[in-house]
Amino acid sequence: MSRIEIEKKVLNENQVLAEHLRERFRAHAVCCINLISAPGSGKTLLLERTLERLAPGTRVAVLTGDLQTENDANRLARFGFPVKQIITGGTCHLDAKMIGKHLEGWDLDELDLLIVENVGNLVCPSSYDLGEDCKIVLLSTTEGEDKPLKYPSIFAKSALMLLTKIDLLPYVPFNAELARENARRVNPQIEIIDVSSTTGEGLERWMKWLRTEQSNKAGARLQAEA
Amino acid sequence: MHELGIAASILDSVQAETDRRPGSHISKVGVRIGELAGVDSDALQFGFECLVKDTSFEPLELDIEAVPRMQRCPCGNEFRMTDYDPRCPACGEFMTQCVSGDQLEITYMEVEE
Repeated sequence: MSRIEIEKKVLNENQVLAEHLRERFRAHAVCCINLISAPGSGKTLLLERTLERLAPGTRVAVLTGDLQTENDANRLARFGFPVKQIITGGTCHLDAKMIGKHLEGWDLDELDLLIVENVGNLVCPSSYDLGEDCKIVLLSTTEGEDKPLKYPSIFAKSALMLLTKIDLLPYVPFNAELARENARRVNPQIEIIDVSSTTGEGLERWMKWLRTEQSNKAGARLQAEA
Repeated sequence: MHELGIAASILDSVQAETDRRPGSHISKVGVRIGELAGVDSDALQFGFECLVKDTSFEPLELDIEAVPRMQRCPCGNEFRMTDYDPRCPACGEFMTQCVSGDQLEITYMEVEE
């Protein structure tokens, strides 16, 4: 019997594809964000509010993942931007291969921003790199404020937490400060923005964050070229 | 959840290694899983055993090494994070950075020649 040392990632195949995607996004100066939350936290409504607020001429595309149905793609397509539904057929997360496959037919030179709406799930999507620039996690006020502690992996890997449905705060027993504190305990660097897709509160701050993220990406590319 | 897919990925690597060594059998594979990896060890072990059962992979053991989450403080101190407390035990700083704990890696295999 002999022992051979191996140091490689278990999801090596996904990682290789994700790095390939990241390189493509970099080469075409596309900023890619990956939206992750539990089902029902408001990812799709936030996306609708985001798309309607984007400046005319913004070159954005959306990939939206679900186990079944084209419902989300239909909701999002009415804003006139390219949208594709990824139906996973039961798989609880998106992986880099699905992203690559659904990018076919789109010219990345025609895009500045790619928004990926992951399958509603706080666990599995955190293990799969999609080549994105950052992960963004949504937590809604109708969930528990201890979710960052129960599902630390995704909160630890996200650059931003959007606290959604804050218009409901007067009606639900949700301690927003405790939720923010829990998120920061898991990830001291995480940024937090409170939003309501219903009243519009906080959406300007979110749009500004998105613009900054995009210009950071464009700036990094110019620097690399210089 | 996705542990079955992860078990299948591990078996893909075992198969690739077996293909490289005709006539040999891999009897054990070691993996390292960080506490931030989002992988449940029991579910992974269970899924792995289900996939291996009644196949040519048998006998094959999965050895899971759990890796704790480590934080680094600007003061230079590195410490194990427990109870979701990111504060540096040496200086009390809150803004410490995660430096380890999301591993999901194959570390070794044992081969019977």
